[in-house]
Amino acid sequence: MSDPAEMMRRRRAVHGWLLLSPALILLATFAFAPSAMTVWTSLFSRGTRRRPSEFVGLETYQRLFDDPAFWTVAWNNLLYAAVTIPVSMALALTMALWANARMPARGFLRTAYFTPTMLPMIAAANLWLFFYTPGFGVLDQLVTGLGFASVNWLGQPETALWAICAVTIWKEAGFFMIFYLAALQTIPPDLEEAASIEGASRLAYTRRVVLPLLAPTTLFIAVNATINSVKLIDHLFILTKGGPSDASKLMLYYIWENAFAFFDAPAAAAATVLVLAALGGLAAFQFRVADRRIHY
Amino acid sequence: MSVADYVSLSGVTRRWDGRGGVEDVSLRVPAGTFTSILGPSGCGKSTLLRLISGLERPQAGTVRIAGRDVTHEPASARGLAMVFQSYALFPHLSVRENILFGLRVRRSAAAEREARYAEAVAMLGLEGLGGRRPAALSGGQRQRVALARAVVSGHRLCLMDEPLSNLDAKLRQSVRRDIRALQRRLGLTVIYVTHDQTEAMSLSDQVVLMRAGRVEQAGSPVALYERPATAFAAEFVGDPPMAMIDGAALGEPGVTVGVRPEHLAAAPAGAGDLAGRIVGVEYLGSRTLLAIGHPAARGLVVSLPGRVAHAPGETLGLVAPPEHRLRFDARSGRALGGAGPDGGGRTGPGSAPDLARRPGPSP
Ligand SMILES: Nc1ncnc2c1ncn2[C@@H]1O[C@H](COP(=O)(O)OP(=O)(O)OP(=O)(O)O)[C@@H](O)[C@H]1O
Ligand SMILES: [Mg+2]
Repeated sequence: MSDPAEMMRRRRAVHGWLLLSPALILLATFAFAPSAMTVWTSLFSRGTRRRPSEFVGLETYQRLFDDPAFWTVAWNNLLYAAVTIPVSMALALTMALWANARMPARGFLRTAYFTPTMLPMIAAANLWLFFYTPGFGVLDQLVTGLGFASVNWLGQPETALWAICAVTIWKEAGFFMIFYLAALQTIPPDLEEAASIEGASRLAYTRRVVLPLLAPTTLFIAVNATINSVKLIDHLFILTKGGPSDASKLMLYYIWENAFAFFDAPAAAAATVLVLAALGGLAAFQFRVADRRIHY
Repeated sequence: MSVADYVSLSGVTRRWDGRGGVEDVSLRVPAGTFTSILGPSGCGKSTLLRLISGLERPQAGTVRIAGRDVTHEPASARGLAMVFQSYALFPHLSVRENILFGLRVRRSAAAEREARYAEAVAMLGLEGLGGRRPAALSGGQRQRVALARAVVSGHRLCLMDEPLSNLDAKLRQSVRRDIRALQRRLGLTVIYVTHDQTEAMSLSDQVVLMRAGRVEQAGSPVALYERPATAFAAEFVGDPPMAMIDGAALGEPGVTVGVRPEHLAAAPAGAGDLAGRIVGVEYLGSRTLLAIGHPAARGLVVSLPGRVAHAPGETLGLVAPPEHRLRFDARSGRALGGAGPDGGGRTGPGSAPDLARRPGPSP
């Protein structure tokens, strides 16, 4: 104990913990504790006036798995993620490469691309409601103007989810573009010059230099897009409310419904735990893959 | 234009809003020679190099490489290699991939790629570094990777923009020799930008001295040193620089007289052409430099062998031998005839005769 080196080490450890503590406390209060409480809640039955809640173990999970609506919603969300993530990322990258090129009205272009991002999701949904509405919506007028039959994009199970996807992509691509644009600006221009001296075409330069250098950004965006594909459901409230017949219902909307429409807190908690586990696993996988393949 | 000129520029202008850049530059670089573009910061050296490489397009004039007018061709079509001041190595690629980048995008055969790679790596002493990323290399190693990338391309023309400016003095000297040896061995035509006159003088067959976007003088190092076309050239080339003395003090009114330090001789106070006070003593081992203050002169430095007993504050007489005096027009700064041992020759072999015509105000 009287060893000065040992004393020093302990003091530094104390310092370390002190420095960590603000973030740790915040995280614990607002992330870890709620997560733990969610797990806890999911293990108890739904309490009613007559039958108080009691420990039921994994019964609620079983109930979820037996509910066909849960599987519909899970499948919907999977489709939704599989479409919105790659499409919005590809769009973002294309727009960023374009907006980064030396050309007139570059500033205008960037602003135009970014506008959807600044719009609140609810406002964006209202905007798109105006596109999708059968009869007088812009999209419908276009379709009927070309001689096709009127389509109720949001009202039929075959198209509702895709209509929702379109809004999300429109909203997210501009946001992701900003990250790509920022990353593109950090690439020194002499790399492009060196590549062109070496005889590389613009395409070859993009493929062999730009894309690899954007890889860390791509990872960051991929993680964000994944999270958003679960998180971003505001527009459902305006556009479809998950309908028709659950065709466009996503997981978070389903959880919200369970918690606040059906007052089934354990079911909501159980679904939340499943989502958390899936997201955590996915993020870990993404970072693992990235660590091996991405040069920072 | 003679066939032997690998690169030739005529009347090339590139300016930004009428400022900066280069103006009306003509230049000839014979095949297989080493040409330095020398000048103070901001005089347009990099701009000139970028015009040759095609990274910048001229507003007027033509650029010819290997007898072909390439003025309107992109960099990738000009068949040249370039070493950037920043090295411009691709940070995500290994040393090997960096060196082979050009061959890969041009889809050359794998066997040829291997052979050239092995050759370049051996030539530049990069064995065993092939797998590293540029971030894991020292400055000198990065520099050599950049050189290897240029060598491996197989192009006959190599442009270099201050490739040594990030290296320490010692390394700079050794890499400098490597570059020169490499150029000779491969018979490359090298155009080399530097603001370091020692570097330019020691490396080059031809030195192009630039000033404010124009060519001040082009010629061999000897021509520049012994027969500077202007007072600016005289003062820029040589270390320590040439002393400039108001002619009136030497009985030659209307001219500025330039004398190289090694030609200035010390004399007892009272004797000699000039007398000045010693303001600084710089002991360099093999010689000692005495800086002399004189109201009618600038940059008066006497170089004496070994150690000397003089101390600052002493008055010293100076002899400026008439045969070593270079005379410049006091107003325009242009060299006047009869200067120097060989007369007022202005340009060396391999340079256009009109390159040195720019009159500059006397500094
Ligand atoms: N893209 C540009 N836009 C505007 N001005 C420029 C541009 N490039 C160069 N200039 C100007 O042209 C002049 C010459 O620039 P250049 O880079 O050729 O100088 P340099 O001789 O290479 O200088 P240094 O030794 O400091 O590298 C400078 O005054 C510079 O400000
Ligand atoms: Mg420069």
